[in-house]
Amino acid sequence: MSKIIQINAIKAIITREIIVFVREKERIVSSIISPLLFLFVIGRSLNQKITIEGYTYQQFIFPGIIAMNILFTSIRYGLYLIWDKRVDFLKEVLVAPISRTSLFIGKAAGGVIGAILEMIILISIGNFFVLKLSIIQIILTIIVSFVSSFMIVSIGLSIGAVMKTMEGFGLIMSFITWPMFFFSNALFEVKSTSYIIMLISRINPFTYSVDILRKIMLDYSTFKLSYSISILIFSTLVLSYITTKLFERIDIQK
Amino acid sequence: MNIIETFNINKKFKDLKALSNINIKIKEGEIFSLLGPNGAGKTTLISILTSILKPSSGSARVNGFDIIKNPLDVRKSIGIVFQEPSLDDLLTARENLYVHSMLYNMESSYAKKRIEFILKTVGLFDRKDSIVRTFSGGMKRRLEIARGLLHTPKVLFLDEPTLGLDPASRRTIWDYVRKVKREENTTIILTTHYMEEADNLSDTVAIINKGKIIEMNTPENLKNKIGNEIIKVKGEIDLDSIKKFKFIDSVYKDNDSYIITSKEITKNLNEILRFISPESLEIKKTSLEDVFLKITGKKIEELDE
Repeated sequence: MSKIIQINAIKAIITREIIVFVREKERIVSSIISPLLFLFVIGRSLNQKITIEGYTYQQFIFPGIIAMNILFTSIRYGLYLIWDKRVDFLKEVLVAPISRTSLFIGKAAGGVIGAILEMIILISIGNFFVLKLSIIQIILTIIVSFVSSFMIVSIGLSIGAVMKTMEGFGLIMSFITWPMFFFSNALFEVKSTSYIIMLISRINPFTYSVDILRKIMLDYSTFKLSYSISILIFSTLVLSYITTKLFERIDIQK
Repeated sequence: MNIIETFNINKKFKDLKALSNINIKIKEGEIFSLLGPNGAGKTTLISILTSILKPSSGSARVNGFDIIKNPLDVRKSIGIVFQEPSLDDLLTARENLYVHSMLYNMESSYAKKRIEFILKTVGLFDRKDSIVRTFSGGMKRRLEIARGLLHTPKVLFLDEPTLGLDPASRRTIWDYVRKVKREENTTIILTTHYMEEADNLSDTVAIINKGKIIEMNTPENLKNKIGNEIIKVKGEIDLDSIKKFKFIDSVYKDNDSYIITSKEITKNLNEILRFISPESLEIKKTSLEDVFLKITGKKIEELDE
């Protein structure tokens, strides 16, 4: 095991990611702007017209917006791998005596930490303007966000491992990130939408992240909690396994 | 003792034969240069020796470890400086080294001391907390050399260490490479297509062209092979008579000039002058460039792909 999972190497990669994260504060600011717009512009505007299950619209979408931020930050983080490849920093890591599994775990953990830090900022803002949460609710939210982020970072990293240039970045955002967000229950209750949308939402693992978060924060969910948790854990395991395999195939030579 | 030994390495990329039957032995503590034009197979050979690339056939041992069976042990024994910079330019010089020390599982209090020491060795200690993005090309290269040496590898690979640097920075890098060899007793393997670099730095030079090693010797012996001195003549020349002289090693054409190589040109200058009527004439010490031209029949720039 120690040859496959090297703690020192994982720590090295996480250290690097944290330094970059702290140094590039613009990244944090730019990535929480759109969730805030959704929450306060769309959320507030529709507040008077819509109430769902006794909650204001803004409160109803709050867990969805938290999940949205995890989704966007985690995918974008995974895609930074392409940038690492382009500026050759990755080469230094690829020739070090470390396994690709360690590289994957380190990278994924770096992304998860970033996503969680941003989430904490959003929850703090939400605590004042949208919804008060108890300490236990916050801890559970962090745990679920942790797993969800790990799953989505895996998707991002697997794309990052395969893609060669940043040109595909916009394509990924249009064809994966936005659809994953809209075909989910983040902004509405999937039961009350069209059959097609509901069907697509149900095969989208992100839907279950939102549902679990909503259960924790609002005590309301569309699916059974145990069902959502099983799907989330299963998807996370499958996706991280696939990504590890893809990492083994990253070539040092361009 | 041989720190590196290769056994009939061959490498094919589809139809292209990149390396054929490479057999080299490199002694511990020497500076070994692979000299050849772009596309000769230098980087391919380095990639194989560093376990980044698998050979099509044959094998090699680096620091006693088989490159195919024990790649992780090989990687622990070596440091690599790539042709293109691979520093993290969002990090400071010290942070780059710190991350490296963790990747190579160095004990942290030792790593701290070693980082300071190695930054001083390459003359970057006063810039240790600057972000690498602000460094010049020469400084980045020095930092990469420092990083390659941080974990005290037995062998340091430098792929074209001075490519794209100005002459002053190039000389600085050479000084540091010599210093490192002396103080750290690291075996250094470098690829270059600068004759001057190979001549200045190396204990052994291997001339490589089209995937084959054509000559391998000390720079001195390589030069002695074609004589110590050469005359470059533009003008009429009595080839047959000149070639008859015992002290002449060889005569060959380079564009519109003739090149005469000999061990004792100055001594026999009068003899030679009887058979040439030069428009211009130049006598100089042999350089590796002349050796290369003699062996391959072309200048290194003409062979660049």
